[in-house]
Amino acid sequence: MITEVTNIVVEVLPQFEGYVFPNEAIAQPLWSTLIVVYPYITGLVAGAFIMASLVRVFNVKALEPVYRLSMLTALAFLLCATLPLLCHLGHPERCYEIMMTPHMTSPMAIFGFVYAWYLMAVLLLELWFDFRQDFVKWSKVTSGFRGIIYRALTLGVTDVSEQSVRLDMKMEWILSIVGIPSAFLLHGYVGFIFGSIKANPWWGNVLMPIMFILSAIVSGIALCVFNYIVLTWIRRKTVDMRCLDTMAMFLFYALVVDAVIEGLDVFHRGYAAEEGFAVLQTMIREKLFYTLNIGQVGIGTLLPLLMLGSLQLLRRRVPEAIRRTMIFCSGAMILLGVLAMRWNVVMGGQFFSKSLRGVMSYKMEFAGQEGWLISAVILCLPFIILTVLVKLFLSEQLQPSEHEPQNKSTT
Amino acid sequence: MKTQFSRRSSLLRLGGAIAGLLTISAVRTAKAVVQKVFVSTSAPKGYDPTKHKWLMCIDDNKCIGCGLCVEACKRENGVPEGPYFRTWIERYIIPKPKPGSDRTRGEALVDSPNGGMHGFPEPPLPKDQIEHAFFVPKLCNLCENPPCVQVCPVGATFRAPDGAVLIDPKYCIGCGFCIQACPYGSRFLNPVTKTAEKCTLCYHRITRGLKPACVEICPAEARIFGDLNNLHADDPLQKFYEKNRVQVLKPYLGTEPRVLYAGLDKEVR
Repeated sequence: MITEVTNIVVEVLPQFEGYVFPNEAIAQPLWSTLIVVYPYITGLVAGAFIMASLVRVFNVKALEPVYRLSMLTALAFLLCATLPLLCHLGHPERCYEIMMTPHMTSPMAIFGFVYAWYLMAVLLLELWFDFRQDFVKWSKVTSGFRGIIYRALTLGVTDVSEQSVRLDMKMEWILSIVGIPSAFLLHGYVGFIFGSIKANPWWGNVLMPIMFILSAIVSGIALCVFNYIVLTWIRRKTVDMRCLDTMAMFLFYALVVDAVIEGLDVFHRGYAAEEGFAVLQTMIREKLFYTLNIGQVGIGTLLPLLMLGSLQLLRRRVPEAIRRTMIFCSGAMILLGVLAMRWNVVMGGQFFSKSLRGVMSYKMEFAGQEGWLISAVILCLPFIILTVLVKLFLSEQLQPSEHEPQNKSTT
Repeated sequence: MKTQFSRRSSLLRLGGAIAGLLTISAVRTAKAVVQKVFVSTSAPKGYDPTKHKWLMCIDDNKCIGCGLCVEACKRENGVPEGPYFRTWIERYIIPKPKPGSDRTRGEALVDSPNGGMHGFPEPPLPKDQIEHAFFVPKLCNLCENPPCVQVCPVGATFRAPDGAVLIDPKYCIGCGFCIQACPYGSRFLNPVTKTAEKCTLCYHRITRGLKPACVEICPAEARIFGDLNNLHADDPLQKFYEKNRVQVLKPYLGTEPRVLYAGLDKEVR
């Protein structure tokens, strides 16, 4: 009996090396691809919003052509941000308890409120104030289902007098200012969900929320670059190079800060070499070798830094077409790199035992609740929503009203 | 028709909505508290959790690694087959240092095949190469500052006034946050109920004056369980307390466990 049982256990074990706590010896990590996608999507929301705020709050006029696209991107992704969490729950039907009986010391509970605040109070309101006068205008010129949608979206407020438009813009400006800390809060909190787990040396780290925010900004700008270029390509329009160069510039600086902070984290871990350092070393050298060294550092950070950095220095000498391609490639690579970073954080924290004596391997499943198919679907969903939003609100047939720069009146 | 939005009416509406939400939330929180005390704990009527202070002590020198406690726990609590344990036993084999090595002892070999439920196989080293070998029973550490309770988003897991850390399975949403937050690997996601699960100190037994199943069955008396608030002179807990200096697991995390070990080795985490 004893040898039989031992053999059975030994048969299960090949994916584990060293000693892992018996409860950790489950076939799949508790949090897998869905939880990788969750901070990725939330980060894209926060980043895209901060990118849009550059226009409204910091008055970066060069970025005006991508303002609405970035805001709609943020909305499309925010609508899907809780999906991976929801799919991952053991009891999704009880998810409302997070909002109804929140446990105030839990980062996850507070995230529900931060999310609701951000969606309802910041993003939807700001978009509404921005689009209201257009809704009124468009509802008059379009008929059928589209017309009904625009009419409904005015929420009955059809006053487009100069005074009311000025109020809209003032509100929008205020919401943008409120929105920046809210976006930081939204994604900082996601970082805190991991950073607050002191039981796990890979996660429990004060720098975690900061790294999450910075990588979110980087990924958000990269996504806006990506979307902008793809949209102009689909519509056979010319890219506004001044806008694209400005985005590339912000992307570069954000990436520099992000790379420095992430580098500091690695340096500190190595220098302090606390308990469990040996097992973390194994992670970097073996378990996360490809996603960390090649994905996150190489493709996601060094190559884009090199490309965007050289563009900062030699912008005038590089022909437009090449510049466009380089910025597009950097954006796409950063998007991959940040996804790799989320993978490294989420999965990395589960590839070793909390006994710090063993590591585990993981083979992704295709189907099933924790398979990568559902994660891929959830990742594609925001793009589908965005397509609909762009068709409705960035339509080529419907010209937006002329916008006054919002802070002209206030500065 | 043009709707008039005055500042006063808008503020009134907003205030009403917020008040409504807060009322719902407060009612539900109150319901949750009551639910926690009466429903989730399988305590009988008349049991007053404020009058007890449960404590588990482990005399590590006594454990023989028979695995009866693991089996008793699984049966008593209906723990599912497979890698799911409310309690388990680890075996530590510490080899002698290799000749010529400047280390004081060899790299510890730790295992817990099937949680130690059916005992342990022959050690992988010949006897003369082994410096020490010992067993360590593990279970929920009943932390005074439980990280699992701190992170639960809905408050489904909570610390009862008597020190037991419990889970309300009707309330748990199965997010797994508590499992990640437990430094001791004491929690698991029940594959059947899809909720978090852990040692409850056999709450259904201790509230009726019985001992937890693992304590009851331990032939070596390695597990000592008692009520700090109701100690009598020849209580095993009292004797253990007087005789030993105790340690806890991972003290640097500040969780203040209420499972106290005597005779622990530095290799045990």
